[in-house]
Amino acid sequence: MSDIAIELRGIDKSFGLVHANKNINLTVRKGTIHGIIGENGAGKSTLMSILYGFYQADSGDIVVDGNKVTIKDPNAAIASGIGMVHQHFMLVENFTVLENVMLGAEDSQILNTSISKARVELKRLEKEYALEVNPDALIEELPVGLQQRVEILKALYRKADILILDEPTGVLTPPEADHLFRILGQLKDQGKTIIFITHKLREIMAITDEVSVMRRGEMVATRHTKETSVEELAELMVGRRVLLRVEKGAANPGEVKFAVENLTVRDGRGVTMVDNVSFNLRAGEIVGIAGVAGNGQSELLEAISGIRKAVGGTVLLNGKPIDVTGHVDPRELRDRGLAHVPEDRHHVGLVLKFEEAENGILGYHHDKRYLNGVFLNTKAIQADAEEKIKKYDIRPPNPRLKTANFSGGNQQKIVLAREMERGPDVLIIGQPTRGVDVGAIEFIHKRIIEMRDQGKAVLLVSVELDEIRALSDRIIVMFAGRVVGERDPDATEGELGLLMAGVEGRKDAAE
Amino acid sequence: MSNPYAKLPGWAEYGLIPLVNLVVAFLVAGLVVLLVGENPLEAAYHMINGAFGRGEYIGFTLYYATTFIFTGLSVAVAFHAGLFNIGSEGQAYIGGIGVALACLWLDKTMPWFVVFPLAIVGSAAFGALWAFLPGWLQAKRGSHVVITTIMFNFIASSLMVYLLTRVLKPLGSMAPQTRTFEAGGQLPKLDWLMSIFGLDLGNSPFNVSFLLAILAAFGVWVLIWRTKLGYEMRTMGHSPSSARYAGIGEARITVIVMMISGGLAGLMALNPIMGEQYRMQLDFVQGAGFVGIAVALMGRSHPAGIIPAAILFGMLYQGGAEIAFEMPAISRDMIVIIQGLVILFAGALENMFRPAIGRAFASIGRRSAVAAQTRGA
Repeated sequence: MSDIAIELRGIDKSFGLVHANKNINLTVRKGTIHGIIGENGAGKSTLMSILYGFYQADSGDIVVDGNKVTIKDPNAAIASGIGMVHQHFMLVENFTVLENVMLGAEDSQILNTSISKARVELKRLEKEYALEVNPDALIEELPVGLQQRVEILKALYRKADILILDEPTGVLTPPEADHLFRILGQLKDQGKTIIFITHKLREIMAITDEVSVMRRGEMVATRHTKETSVEELAELMVGRRVLLRVEKGAANPGEVKFAVENLTVRDGRGVTMVDNVSFNLRAGEIVGIAGVAGNGQSELLEAISGIRKAVGGTVLLNGKPIDVTGHVDPRELRDRGLAHVPEDRHHVGLVLKFEEAENGILGYHHDKRYLNGVFLNTKAIQADAEEKIKKYDIRPPNPRLKTANFSGGNQQKIVLAREMERGPDVLIIGQPTRGVDVGAIEFIHKRIIEMRDQGKAVLLVSVELDEIRALSDRIIVMFAGRVVGERDPDATEGELGLLMAGVEGRKDAAE
Repeated sequence: MSNPYAKLPGWAEYGLIPLVNLVVAFLVAGLVVLLVGENPLEAAYHMINGAFGRGEYIGFTLYYATTFIFTGLSVAVAFHAGLFNIGSEGQAYIGGIGVALACLWLDKTMPWFVVFPLAIVGSAAFGALWAFLPGWLQAKRGSHVVITTIMFNFIASSLMVYLLTRVLKPLGSMAPQTRTFEAGGQLPKLDWLMSIFGLDLGNSPFNVSFLLAILAAFGVWVLIWRTKLGYEMRTMGHSPSSARYAGIGEARITVIVMMISGGLAGLMALNPIMGEQYRMQLDFVQGAGFVGIAVALMGRSHPAGIIPAAILFGMLYQGGAEIAFEMPAISRDMIVIIQGLVILFAGALENMFRPAIGRAFASIGRRSAVAAQTRGA
């Protein structure tokens, strides 16, 4: 037995002309937490997909526990003792915890015997790793943190010695994330090996023993976490020095530009997603809405930008009401000075099959500037796109290129350029840097602050608490569709975290 | 990384891949001919010769192609907005009413060039009307156009039986058809166009509606890629959620697009009614609406692809008839099999050879990149 759990030797993988993994070498020691960090598209997910058998490497070897193995599908990976906790959980919502855990690993054709065996085994695992969860609870009734625990139990049930966690904290509140880190620590102490994939530098520093950095399909460095710093890792990820803090002056708020009162929104199933929410935005300030994904932020954004009908409440834009409960035309809101950078640029903010220039007019295609009667003025559209490409440093600088071929950061810049360059009074931004590389984050943050300094009212919704804290002049926290608190940007992370977790009041914070 | 297919150069994407699919379709068709106990090469000869061997044959091929261009464009326009109009068949059928009314009204008193524009407007209007109802039902009630347009094909069929046996049939006639039109209801043939190439049209019904089809193809290109409406259609077709975000009214676009689609299908009626039979007969559409689906698929919903795809299907129709005539062991059903194979390989299995071709390109690309590097060093 060696003390090396997994060794990857010269892994190479191409998708057509895209070279996703270039000659990757990686050594993961047994009983350690090994972080893998890199920007979106750096090849982390591809590498893990190869390790878990979703893809086959074009060349290279995988050595598990000293033995060379071929992993042709996830079953082979499980047989080799590798388990995976996916970013998006692979759970059957209307099954119980127990049913989910044994799904695909049933002992016999007769369900009853399998269930009772699985129950015993699950109890043992729960006790051994302190992963309590009610085996008879339905998945859909569990909070995300517990659902993730079920995913981990699933892997342990299949006797995994090596656990791969892909961006596990994206859906968690800070307290839930802390809890996860404690669990991972225990698993490590029990001798399990953990591969932890993330793009958050802070998490790497907090829990890993070693960290490997990927950039553009290559493994650029491996460091002992103790011997490196956030700055060094960021530089390795991006390939140049980056500013991690945004510099901004004090806000100079003016009159109220946008007021939301008692807004209530229900989703398609009739579940109340936004519950009696009120807030306002003043000119020259950034208001951040913090909260764990799925607590009504998306529905709030959709309702105030005219995409989704609200069931109650009023919204005033520049002092005049918007008919949020009746018919709202997003076009009319744009004309009245509201710009919206949606959370989901792939399905909402952009049409990925369009050329860059075509996306540059989405929503503003009624503007006479871009038209000759009923015809598109292709020259004007092109010229407009070229101007924005220059100003926002969009790369590659080709307005005829299909939008899908731009990187996440550049796609986001396309949306931002379109919405910001109209000079709106109110700018609503959802997840400005989701899936955006570190280099572009800096640029995007600067632009948002510039908008504020020009006297625009900015509403910022983000699940990245760091981002909210860095940019906002006021922070509103949403939990379960309600506004549970408003804080200054210098509120501590712990305080905000408790609010995000729905734990109200200071006495809990003291614990 | 989300896209497992490599990006290919344009000529491979739009030329090589369809060609490979087509060749495979014909190879499999050849096997079927072998199975029947006939010589596939002989069948291929009759197919090609029957479609292009003589001026007259070419005339027939292009006559069929004209019909398929209209229905192909009809399906393609709806595709661009994300709507699957299976009702081109019925819309073309109802479009015939517009043609017949214009002809029956004016054919004795007016020359063809007066009747033709009226017939164009009439056919488009009736076709559009027939597509308006499913479009409106989709927009307002959420009834899926795939279902409603199929049902409207049956309604159209029953309606036409009624009209052609009770209303439009001349008294005393026993055939379910209108009277034969006089000179004003007959479109001139395109002899002059063929004679430029030194070909003789013979008896074939190749007529001016072909030029209208080409014009319509250009019009569709302008509509889709050069107008605001086309931009809104494409936005909705690619991403309905983006369309909602951009304030593009889904209901409005759905109704308008279905009407344009139906109008184009309606234009198809001009070709057989004014161009060949000079009367409206029962079942004159003969499945052209459904062939239009295949044509649109194969032509990638682009007019520049639809025209060659329509000519290909015109060839299959005309050349296929010739095979059935020359080789009695091969029945007309055989032609349906060949068409089916073309649709299968060019439409449904369109991506079957793409990974292989992509890999081939990738390895060539990598080799030349390596070669360039070694030269550089």
